[in-house]
Amino acid sequence: MSVQLAYLVAALCFLLALKGLSTPRFARAGNLLGAAGMALAVVTAFLHGAVHNGPWILVAIALGAVVGVPAARSVKMTAIPQMVALFNGVGGAAAALVALAEFHDGGELLFRIATVLTVLIGSVSFSGSLVTFAKLQEIMTTRPVVLPAGRVLSIGVAVASLVLAVAVLTTSSTALLVALTVAGLLLGVAFVLPVGGADVPIAISLLNAFTGLAVAASGYVLANTLLIVAGTLVGASGTLLTRMMAQAMGRPLANILFGAFTATVAQAHSEESRTVRSGTVEDVAILLGYAHSIVIVPGYGLAVAQAQHAARELVTLLEGRGIDVSYGIHPVAGRMPGHMNVLLAEADVPYEQLKELDDVNPGMTSMDVALVVGANDVVNPGARDEPTSPIYGMPIFDVDRARAVVFMKRSMRPGFAGIDNELLYNTKTTMLFGDAKDSLTKLLAAVKQL
Amino acid sequence: MIDLLTIFVLAAFVGFEVVSKVSTILHTPLMSGANAIHGVILVGAIIITGAAEGGAQLVLGLLAVFLATVNVVGGFVVTDRMLEMFKGHKR
Repeated sequence: MSVQLAYLVAALCFLLALKGLSTPRFARAGNLLGAAGMALAVVTAFLHGAVHNGPWILVAIALGAVVGVPAARSVKMTAIPQMVALFNGVGGAAAALVALAEFHDGGELLFRIATVLTVLIGSVSFSGSLVTFAKLQEIMTTRPVVLPAGRVLSIGVAVASLVLAVAVLTTSSTALLVALTVAGLLLGVAFVLPVGGADVPIAISLLNAFTGLAVAASGYVLANTLLIVAGTLVGASGTLLTRMMAQAMGRPLANILFGAFTATVAQAHSEESRTVRSGTVEDVAILLGYAHSIVIVPGYGLAVAQAQHAARELVTLLEGRGIDVSYGIHPVAGRMPGHMNVLLAEADVPYEQLKELDDVNPGMTSMDVALVVGANDVVNPGARDEPTSPIYGMPIFDVDRARAVVFMKRSMRPGFAGIDNELLYNTKTTMLFGDAKDSLTKLLAAVKQL
Repeated sequence: MIDLLTIFVLAAFVGFEVVSKVSTILHTPLMSGANAIHGVILVGAIIITGAAEGGAQLVLGLLAVFLATVNVVGGFVVTDRMLEMFKGHKR
């Protein structure tokens, strides 16, 4: 009874932790409450459930903390998506292991169904997350990987998983359950490999939902209500977030996940013959210093160059000149949804200055300068105008409708998604080549001189 | 068993309801916070390891405890680090 009560309190804490995220003011307190709920649940489970092996369990927990805490403390904010993918993967693996360990002959059919689901979803989530990690860490190519006969292979693995799942249900064979685990691992790899770099955030979000569902299913295996509630909450949040992101990219989810199999290769523009206008720091400083309104569209490149602080200083200086400056944050800027907000918050940019697509685009035509720093795909007009573009349909910042565009870029290399950008060749566009931090620092000095 | 299913359905609805109100600014912390919450599998891992009588079950259980702990503590710590940075204009 008291155990169930403790679990109920923990579940409420998790719910409040998610609820707290509806405003930045209560978010941190909410997260701490969630952590407190988790501590309560774990202590309860230990006191009540650890009949045997108590010391061993404590050692395993201590080891987990020794690995987890320093990793979470030291990770750079730019690398958050990889970290989330990794934590998600180990969670999925833990769920699969729990179901594997708990499996035994006999038992009700429902128990076996739950076991099969936990093992399958958990192992898909584990291996899928590892591939996602490798893509984000750029250990492997960020482009979609389509193996020869990849489609047949994927379908084959999926069918094999299904057959094994049914076989385990009817025979209760442990060997078959192990085979199902292996099939699940392969399925996870086959599922994430063809996902392109820019779509990887969606894969993480979906895998997060998967792990949640695996945990919920393990709740049936152990008849534990807390696991069901918490797992379902995560499953719901991951599903919803995945859907929101698919909307932010303007494409149906199926297209994002399986697009690589059907996509026609985007036609390559002959780059050699095309010219871009590149400007000096002084030109750009004058453009910015005498503008009335400026929107800055930051991308992952800004964060890689650690230029957030320089950007904030420039904004403060421009605001001091009476210029109206705001940041346009695309929902998929950075490498996971909302990533750019975190990166700018790290540089003490107040979140009130962060504007979304719908706040910025209607006023774009009266905007004097759009300053694009290290972003590319989210301002690519091809997404709006070229039905053949791989990112066609993704809502973008219509910076080409501003009076002038300044594009700060390291080189002419295409973005994470590997797509050419027409905006670079627009006559309104001034290119400022170089490292974002370096360029912004020089700009800062040049604007001060005006 | 139907009780558990009821809980599942209700939790799904509450989850959708709560998460749909999350500020878009906080989507990354939402994902990593949700990530930490599914680390609750640690509870399940402790329960099975606590009932294990040696052998493969113990090894699998302990591995699950270890992995789930990494998930839980890592998830909450990293989320806290992010949320700490979200400060508005000081008044």
